[in-house]
Amino acid sequence: MATPRFPLWEVFIRSRTGLAHRHVGSLHAVDATSALDAARDLFTRRNEGVSIWVVPSASLVASDPGDKAMMFDPASDKIYRHPTFYEVPDEVGHM
Amino acid sequence: MHLLLKFIDFCKIVSYFSGLNLKDVAMYTQGLTHEPEAAVHAVGDEAALTRFQARIDGEQRIEPNDAMPAAYRRTLVRQISQHAHSEIVGMLPEGNWITRAPTLRRKVALLAKVQDECGHGLYLYAAAETLDATREQLYDDLLAGKARYSSIFNYPTPTWADIGAIGWLVDGAALMNQIPLCRCSYGPYARAMIRVCKEESFHQRQGYEIMLTLARGTPAQQRMAQDALNRWWWPCLMMFGPPDGESQHSDTSTLWKIKRFSNDELRQKFIDATVPQAHFLGLTIPDAALRFDEATGHWQHGAIDWEEFRQVLAGNGPCNNERMAARRKAHDEGAWVREAALAHASKQAKRAA
Ligand SMILES: [Fe+2]
Ligand SMILES: [Fe+2]
Repeated sequence: MATPRFPLWEVFIRSRTGLAHRHVGSLHAVDATSALDAARDLFTRRNEGVSIWVVPSASLVASDPGDKAMMFDPASDKIYRHPTFYEVPDEVGHM
Repeated sequence: MHLLLKFIDFCKIVSYFSGLNLKDVAMYTQGLTHEPEAAVHAVGDEAALTRFQARIDGEQRIEPNDAMPAAYRRTLVRQISQHAHSEIVGMLPEGNWITRAPTLRRKVALLAKVQDECGHGLYLYAAAETLDATREQLYDDLLAGKARYSSIFNYPTPTWADIGAIGWLVDGAALMNQIPLCRCSYGPYARAMIRVCKEESFHQRQGYEIMLTLARGTPAQQRMAQDALNRWWWPCLMMFGPPDGESQHSDTSTLWKIKRFSNDELRQKFIDATVPQAHFLGLTIPDAALRFDEATGHWQHGAIDWEEFRQVLAGNGPCNNERMAARRKAHDEGAWVREAALAHASKQAKRAA
């Protein structure tokens, strides 16, 4: 008999207080509770985290790599969005 | 397999290897992922291939939804799944000694190591799945005997010293192979390998410590250490795969920056690193032809018995049948748990609806 499929989950871990949760990998589990248990066993055996999020992979919406230029290129010529674009004399000090 | 499954398999391994004479360990991919040149060019148009190669040459990482030649995808699925299978089958030779470890310190360390190997298998299956393979299919292929795993795990672990030799030599050889894979062109594989390498660092040290304890022990313990080295040395050299002249595989893998060093280069690095470690233990490498070449600064080894390697890959190694039988048994005995977990989840979902 073929092995039955379990849903896929994406795992995010906060490594310590004050930091954001970060994607660490994915795993299979039948439900959210077992996904959390599995994430704990798989990704935090060496104190890697203080908090875990699991999200069904099917719920993620991602940008298409084919749209990369359309999505992100418009930002690249807008150098006036960066502080170094503006002239402030040295005498003014740090700003 | 999914985690719960895996955890259950893991517990089984721990519990029922105690009395069995399963005797071996696990490792990697051995450059068995040959993709014929013709297949590469049959896929996609030349312009797309040129763009892809330019990204590779520019050291850009390829990510799951990026355009890639079908042959690149196939090569990676094969290599990553072989690697995953090796981690999983590799738990067996060491699992054989968990209940018989000589001290509690050794037992917790071995348990943690075997658990890590299980995790490595899972990271790798997940990486393969980003290429549209399914874990269930990959796993069923292994159980059906259609997929390969590293030859090294088809050797037995008759004594405790074999556990030392495995950590020191097998994990040591694995690290040589895996460190360059952290820079592999495929993002998910490279990231999985970074995690794996971080966790591997204790494996080799715990193995060497076992060897050191035996080497400083009674004459009987010293003999045990030497015997284990004698058993594992040549199979470890074979882990790196066939000599460069004979392996047709490496060309496209190198071009695509999946592979960064040739089989012979990695083998030489391993020998150069390991020979002085053996001398420190007061052990003798079982190779009468071994000598240090002053001119090159490398240790030169004698002839490797490639016929033995071919036999093990063909399924005729000392433990091939045992390994597969153990995996199938664990999988079959876990079937009711998988069914129950799915049934429970769908019942809960209905109630919540
Ligand atoms: Fe491993
Ligand atoms: Fe390891």
